[in-house]
Amino acid sequence: MAQKSAQRSAPARVKAEKRSEFSGMSRALVRRETISAYLFLLPSLIFFVGFVLVPMGICLVYSFLKMGIAGVDGFAGFDNYIRMFQDKVFIKGFWNTVLIVVVSVPAVTAFSLWVGSAIYPMRAGLRSFFRCVFYMPVVTGTVAVTVVWKWMFSPYNGLINQITGNIGFDWLGNSKTAIWCIILILFTTTIGQPIVLYVAALGNVDQSLVEAAQVDGATKLQVFWKIKWPQIMPTTLYVLVITTINSFQCFALIQLLTRGGPNYATSTIMYYIFDMAYNYQDFGYANAMGVVLAIVIAIFSALQFKLAKTDD
Amino acid sequence: MKKWNKAMALALAAGMSLSLVACGGGTGSTPSSNPSQSGGNEGGGSTASEVEIKLWTYPIGSWGGSESKLDDIIASFNAVHPEIKVTYETLDYQNGDNQVTSAITSGGTPDIIMEGPERLVSNWGAAGKMVDLSDLWTEEATADISATSEAVVNACKGTDGKYYEYPLCMTTHCMAINYELFEQAGALQYLDLENRTWTTDNFVKAMETIRDSGLAPVPGIVYCGGTGGDQGTRALVNNLYSGTYTNADHTEYTANSPENVKALTLLKSMVDSQALNANASFVAADELQQFANGTAAVTFCWNASNESQYASQVQFTPYAMAFPSDDGVPELCGGIWGFGIFDNGDQAKIDAAKTFIQFVCDDKKQGPESVRLTGFFPVRSSFGNVYEGTDQAERMAGFQSMMPYLGDYYNVIGNWTAQRNNWFNMLTQILINGEDPQTAADAFVEASNP
Amino acid sequence: MNNKAMGQSLGYRIFAIIILILLAVFFFFPLYWIITGSFKDAITINARQPQWFPLAPTLDNYVKLFKQPAIQWLINTIIMAVGAMALTCLTASLAGYALAKKRFYGKKVLFTLLVCAMALPKQVIVIPLLQEMSVLNLNNSLLAVILPTVGWPFGVFLMKQFSETIPTELMEAARVDGAGELRTFFSVILPIIKPGIGALAIFTFVNSWNDYFLQLIMLQEKAVFTISLGIARLQGEVSSDFGLIMAGAAVAAIPIVVVFLAFQKYFTQGITMGAVKG
Repeated sequence: MAQKSAQRSAPARVKAEKRSEFSGMSRALVRRETISAYLFLLPSLIFFVGFVLVPMGICLVYSFLKMGIAGVDGFAGFDNYIRMFQDKVFIKGFWNTVLIVVVSVPAVTAFSLWVGSAIYPMRAGLRSFFRCVFYMPVVTGTVAVTVVWKWMFSPYNGLINQITGNIGFDWLGNSKTAIWCIILILFTTTIGQPIVLYVAALGNVDQSLVEAAQVDGATKLQVFWKIKWPQIMPTTLYVLVITTINSFQCFALIQLLTRGGPNYATSTIMYYIFDMAYNYQDFGYANAMGVVLAIVIAIFSALQFKLAKTDD
Repeated sequence: MKKWNKAMALALAAGMSLSLVACGGGTGSTPSSNPSQSGGNEGGGSTASEVEIKLWTYPIGSWGGSESKLDDIIASFNAVHPEIKVTYETLDYQNGDNQVTSAITSGGTPDIIMEGPERLVSNWGAAGKMVDLSDLWTEEATADISATSEAVVNACKGTDGKYYEYPLCMTTHCMAINYELFEQAGALQYLDLENRTWTTDNFVKAMETIRDSGLAPVPGIVYCGGTGGDQGTRALVNNLYSGTYTNADHTEYTANSPENVKALTLLKSMVDSQALNANASFVAADELQQFANGTAAVTFCWNASNESQYASQVQFTPYAMAFPSDDGVPELCGGIWGFGIFDNGDQAKIDAAKTFIQFVCDDKKQGPESVRLTGFFPVRSSFGNVYEGTDQAERMAGFQSMMPYLGDYYNVIGNWTAQRNNWFNMLTQILINGEDPQTAADAFVEASNP
Repeated sequence: MNNKAMGQSLGYRIFAIIILILLAVFFFFPLYWIITGSFKDAITINARQPQWFPLAPTLDNYVKLFKQPAIQWLINTIIMAVGAMALTCLTASLAGYALAKKRFYGKKVLFTLLVCAMALPKQVIVIPLLQEMSVLNLNNSLLAVILPTVGWPFGVFLMKQFSETIPTELMEAARVDGAGELRTFFSVILPIIKPGIGALAIFTFVNSWNDYFLQLIMLQEKAVFTISLGIARLQGEVSSDFGLIMAGAAVAAIPIVVVFLAFQKYFTQGITMGAVKG
């Protein structure tokens, strides 16, 4: 039944596309390939479905409920969703999230590209020294780096105030400076990986093209943008993806340094969801925010991916 | 060919809804899915078979924290009840609530938890997660505790009339000054040292004297961050002009009353004149540390337990004081600590937990010892002065002298967990961001009222 | 013209070197401050003036630290990170290969789903995840951290991108030789995508080591804490006792820093996505 109606409703255009996807394959082969593909995918899918998709589905259901630690307390309809758009803290969190992503993703990408191209031509020893140093905060661990920064930013016995003679200034407690402190630390903990990737990518650039361009009298900048940049594009895409993920997931920094404060100045949507679930114990509302965030991020990821693809 | 896609989508959806059902059902049945230690326990309270119970405790004197003396308590308990094995976990105020929320959601709650009514009764008890402890409240116990304070009895009772906490100890939260520093700065004249009180005007003068003396980098710090120590800032604000935190019935917050707004305005002016500092990144423990270092001349988060905890670090005499008030009559916040039992559906464990609580709180010999380990005062009047004849006697007498200032125990009002966050946000808005006190206080009340 | 370009480039190179050295100091400094801080006593830590090097080093902080089960935390973290790494590498390399090299029904849908879920923050699904752990009876266990980490589709994405580089002729040759699907994968495919697996292994290990959020919500008792969680809790307990906290941070950082320095070639080799055309 379902099969028939599905076939009937499918437009011919789609059919044609499908056919081209499997061009040159017999039905039996396609079926065999499909079965074997899913067997390969199975172990991964078990985890993905079990610990990402299913929780996401449950999250969707909960977002329509009134729910707290006591359990479900009735149906909320769209109340949780409507509340979101009237909630100043949510909106503040949204803009903070945007700020962090919009500042740190381009900054990390551009800066790592610069460092990568600056250290790439160096001698092997020097190059690996710099790579190591910039990678250090990554291996030191987010929490360890965060607590040492907390100490350095501390108002009365922190190094920064001691050096600047500014004893008492509360970097993390000031609504103007706090988020920039977070962005700075996020920057130091995420830049290691992109630098390593760019150095590797620059090493793979086709040298004959570079030389040919130089013979033609191209400037360094021209060589970079016309020859190297297109070739390291896939790396840039990858760097964009991981940096975006890292920026979205900077939770430890916020929880350990400011707890979203002062007065929500550093609260991101991710932190606010946690805050709502744990400190306000409103699971329904937390899940509704989660659903909206998931949709936004999914669209964002898909777009980012599409854009990078068409660039190619 | 489209059918394959359809089929896959269907299968996915089916799988998802199946797991939904499974999870929904699972959540409800979580308590029973926790297997009991051994099958023979159903009889309940049978002393023959072994039971293992788990205790989580917040840092309450030496009960919790990094220097926990719980091993000793458990050892003396096992001398009497070898059949009950007790394991424990110490929580802190910054993360403890999150740990418990996770545990409740993932079905991993401990059997016993030690904290105060605002968590045991108003939060977890009201959410139906706790066991009714009415049978521990025998006539004798109720009379004994009532003799100390009727408020303690009421605080341990939920709105449904069930007891979700069985209390062990209590205290009044106060503040403290750096005695030597005050002396050197010439600020002692503003204090009534004997009664440990001061008026609002004198408090302002004292802090200004400290500021002008330059002896301390900062006279005092109002901490506006974190999830603990809120009693200190609450009492500070309420006392300055004798405001109240809630109405008498504990149904509405009154932080926006004229008295409280006046107090918040005064604090803001003190922050502006640097007679106080406000730090949004500070939690109570940060402020305490700065007091212990000698950086700040006063702390707003003091009690007997904190004094003993920081004893090894301070190079001066921390002198406990009541909060300043315009009429010179302070009303201090009380702290009540005791035990609650999470309902994990295993009667044998519940009974064992009750046995443990009774031993710790009611036993004639262990009871006073348990209280001494908290560093506070007993809720049972029959225990008398548990510090008499110990080396703590003199120190504790100072705190004992402030017990008469014990004010209304309003922590039983609803929405307590949320108001704590809102309170600190309100302080930040007023003291750091410079928002209008009345507006911010109104917003606090509106967001917090149950 | 060429000369001028060279001159510019020399000035630029000096400028670049100075900036790089300043940045290197800036990036290395936190680790230095952790290690030196862990040997300072409370008075030095709280002094008005910074002490750049501990003049009177003390082991007090470590003595205090090891009253806590810090070694157990370290072992837990290693078990967790290695477990997540091994499972992720296995499942992701199988799945990535299928997504890159097999033509099958539902491929596009599945890949889109994976890409969309890749940046999904775990905060979104925290409540359902906790309840799942309750149903699976895994609450408060390291598995509760490992399983959701493995479910995160980033590894599959990475391995898919990497598997695109496998020459199709190789697979066909193996098929002609009569090798089964699994044998083809393990004897022909695996050696080719090894560098990719290596990169994924390091990435997963470091990420799971640093995934504080999942550890925070899933682990409630000290016996199963990870070292990150241990330090965070230390901060919750003692707040501003930075000497003790730095000792914790040092214990957390040093093992992985040592591993990193010993195998830094593998860490910083990087994978060249340049060969990959999506």
